[in-house]
Amino acid sequence: MTRLTLPVALRLLAIGGVLLVLSVVFAIAAGWLPPHRLGAATIVDALEAHDGRHPGFRRAHAKGLCIEGSFSSNGNGALLSKAGIFAKSDSPVIGRFSTGGGQPYAPDGRLAFRSLALSLTQADGEQWRMALDDTPIFPVATPQAFVDFQRATTPDPKTGKPDPALVHTYMAEHPETRTFVRWQQDTPLSTSFANETFYSINAFRFIDDTGKTWMVRWSFEPETPFEAIDKATLGARPANFLFDDVIARLARNPLRWHLIVTIAEPGDPTDDATTVWPANRNRVDVGTLVIDHALTEENGDCRNITFDPLILPSGIAPSDDPLLPARSGAYASSLARRDGEHGKPSALADDPEARRARP
Amino acid sequence: MTSPATRFPVALRLLHWLMAVCILAMLFIGVGMVSTVSEMRTWLIDLHKPLGILILCLAAIRLCIRLAYPAPALPADLPVLQRMATHLSHLLLYVLMFALPTIGWAMLSAGGYPVQLFGTFVLPPIAPIDGPLFTFLRQAHTVLAMTLFAIILAHLGAALFHAWVRRDGVWQAMTLGRGQLHVIQLASSGRRYGDRSGVAREAEEDRDPLCRGRNRR
Repeated sequence: MTRLTLPVALRLLAIGGVLLVLSVVFAIAAGWLPPHRLGAATIVDALEAHDGRHPGFRRAHAKGLCIEGSFSSNGNGALLSKAGIFAKSDSPVIGRFSTGGGQPYAPDGRLAFRSLALSLTQADGEQWRMALDDTPIFPVATPQAFVDFQRATTPDPKTGKPDPALVHTYMAEHPETRTFVRWQQDTPLSTSFANETFYSINAFRFIDDTGKTWMVRWSFEPETPFEAIDKATLGARPANFLFDDVIARLARNPLRWHLIVTIAEPGDPTDDATTVWPANRNRVDVGTLVIDHALTEENGDCRNITFDPLILPSGIAPSDDPLLPARSGAYASSLARRDGEHGKPSALADDPEARRARP
Repeated sequence: MTSPATRFPVALRLLHWLMAVCILAMLFIGVGMVSTVSEMRTWLIDLHKPLGILILCLAAIRLCIRLAYPAPALPADLPVLQRMATHLSHLLLYVLMFALPTIGWAMLSAGGYPVQLFGTFVLPPIAPIDGPLFTFLRQAHTVLAMTLFAIILAHLGAALFHAWVRRDGVWQAMTLGRGQLHVIQLASSGRRYGDRSGVAREAEEDRDPLCRGRNRR
């Protein structure tokens, strides 16, 4: 039997070739070679460029307050999802109220997102995390549009304001963002976190016992009656009025919201957070969220976790909304950055009213 | 009559190649999933976690087998530096096979992420929820993964050097296929080479500076 014999140099070259091919494939997998791939770091970089880098704080929704409570399921949700959370029972909850933007000391009197983030723990230990906003729609539908929106509205260091030309160009290309801005301007704003409705933003899949999938969105609707704030007075409000208000309310009584699941019908978009579903969709009240306790972030458990909307129990699964993996990735990237920094205590730590929220 | 083993036990060889596939896949999945926010990210992460735990389990079984049976001796003429590099790289490979999945698991624990493998199966946390620890472990996971890939490249390069240049039976000590019979027979008769005739072999060695001085005993 004969074997092909090659000069040693060629054999060494072959070894080098094998290693080179493996390295190049690795670089392709890692996205180190063109074409450019949108990653979580790019999103968080855009947020940092927009609002500055504030060590130790979340890169979005930087100003917040930890909350604790429970979720009481009434059993209705078990018809839509096999997740243990929907069995008739109480589950412990930790969460966070926050205002939008990356500036931890920003005043509350702004037309910005108000958010409720929650982590519900089932009896079997599985968790359901979510980060909800006070708007049923989101300004952008895709991660790339989110980055483009951040870049277009980043303040120019010279003027302290976004470049109008960039904003105009962006808005011209994104009617969905114009719709959102109009909605935000025209819709009455509540006086408090307590009387606000919070929305899941994205669609998700509920999977029931039989394996049937229901496309859903959900919202938390307050038992506290809605009261509108005079938007003209926002700028004159104390810097922490929203947080002080909810801390004072919680010191008196627990606050309650109903978890309302809205079921899509065929044709309702599940991959576009900028549109609402028609108002006549079936809605199911599946239980009550009771928040009874607030803690500033230095003392609470909400600061060192993410409210990653893809942390879902079995029985709840992501939809095809492209924002979901981007939220998950950006939250993880923000956590890895802020956790390694020695940040200052939150804006609320030195607030006299917020001292009530200390243990 | 027993002669020293010239190959690793068959279970270890099977594990080696199975884990080679798993670990390479794992490294590619890892760098891929953190590079994108497309839906591939979710899909790859859901693959990364159970595969990591599988590798940790396989590494434990493999270490037991490795410690229970003697490894084949390296060729007597292998230079001391290469011998040391061999032992060091093998040690590092074993350490990293354990360290990477364990750090990944601890990292998720420190970040407050549930380690959900499939369905309702969730592993318990192995570290407290701790911000700076999460950042440290996440960086360590990345740095060690890159280190592992670099050592795998060196390991593969060295293995191919043994297979294609030195042709000293080291490659066959870990391969699965046939053809090893020759090696074993030759090794037991004092020869380590494969299936070529001695004349052709030695003629080639004379031209081949890297093989000079070997196999003349």
